[in-house]
Amino acid sequence: MFLLLVRRDLLLIARSPALWLPVMFFVLAAALFPFAVGPDARLLARIAPGIIWVSALLATLLPVETLLAPDVEDGSIDQLIARGIALELVCAARIVAHWIGFAVPLLAALPVAAVLLGMNGADGTRIGLALLLGTPALASLAVVAAALTAGLRGGGALAGLIVLPLALPVLIFGVGSDVAGAFRLLGAASLVALAVGPFAAGAALKPD
Amino acid sequence: MTKPGGAIKPEPVVEPLVLDQLACRRGGRLLFEGLCAQVDPGGALLLTGRNGAGKSSLLRLLAGLLRPEAGVVRGGGRRAFLGHDVALKPRQTLGQELTYWARLDDGLARLPAALAAMNVAALADVPCRHLSSGQRRRAGLARVLAAGADCWLLDEPTAGLDTASADLLAQAMAAHRAAGGMVVAAVHGDIGLAGAAEVRIG
Repeated sequence: MFLLLVRRDLLLIARSPALWLPVMFFVLAAALFPFAVGPDARLLARIAPGIIWVSALLATLLPVETLLAPDVEDGSIDQLIARGIALELVCAARIVAHWIGFAVPLLAALPVAAVLLGMNGADGTRIGLALLLGTPALASLAVVAAALTAGLRGGGALAGLIVLPLALPVLIFGVGSDVAGAFRLLGAASLVALAVGPFAAGAALKPD
Repeated sequence: MTKPGGAIKPEPVVEPLVLDQLACRRGGRLLFEGLCAQVDPGGALLLTGRNGAGKSSLLRLLAGLLRPEAGVVRGGGRRAFLGHDVALKPRQTLGQELTYWARLDDGLARLPAALAAMNVAALADVPCRHLSSGQRRRAGLARVLAAGADCWLLDEPTAGLDTASADLLAQAMAAHRAAGGMVVAAVHGDIGLAGAAEVRIG
């Protein structure tokens, strides 16, 4: 059942015209900084992790409006509830699908962003690992925000206000991933978000 | 599950659908209270009443999409629901959509017959965004047929259907009831349910 839901979500993401939007946004946002900050390679390399994390965080938020709202509007969620399928399971599947749909392309695009920001190989690898550990939390937060704002007008902007403060721990541990123990804290933040996310999103989707 | 030789067909016992003293409140307004009804296997129940009386709310309540303010719903076996929203993704073809839902329902074997019964088999390769509203409704009905549920919950099932399609629906409902199934439908006119009980709401 869970795999069926994930497969369906992935299929819909793959067919969606907005598939490449978050990744393009991520690369473009990262590419903007050298122009804005100036061509000082050392400065760029120093702030590169922060740039990459903020870009990744904003890229997660791009598809929030299409994560759950269409399913609420077209009655798909109703059909799932009527079949007795737990909304928590539906949301867990959505988190997995969203993670695969946005984090995997993002990691693939990371070398491009790293080169644009003048990072060396070791730093690039470390931030790649940090993104791998931290993006599940971002995916989970995005689905929770999507569930909370589904059916609201202008829900995307509101979703940003919900996600950004909650994403702070991930951002802090992700950017500071050269400090001892940061990876573990990052993993812990992801695990907490993954454990709580499906229940929070499921509860938000429950019809009154 | 018919046995060769036409011996006794093992019929799973389905409890009648019982609505006991139901009350429903939406947006602070009490839509109905003390509503009682029973649908036996093979039976049908028509929900009538003016717009906004609570027909759709009652159906959503039976489908588990709303909690009753008071009262309980018992029996009825497995239920399949078709509301106003048909839950078809615009970019997917009709065949892909119905296959997905049939997989969730373990009803892949029933799907071809359901598509034929609602005359949508020829539309299987058409993306749902190109379907007319009547065709979408027929697709939604085909999903209900393929679900293999004991009790169908249909919200104005003939809305947007032409006469031929409405006849197909009437035949499908008759076949479902002949096999011991139940139908609860919110209606504004005759939808071809013979001998159905009627509950007037509001």
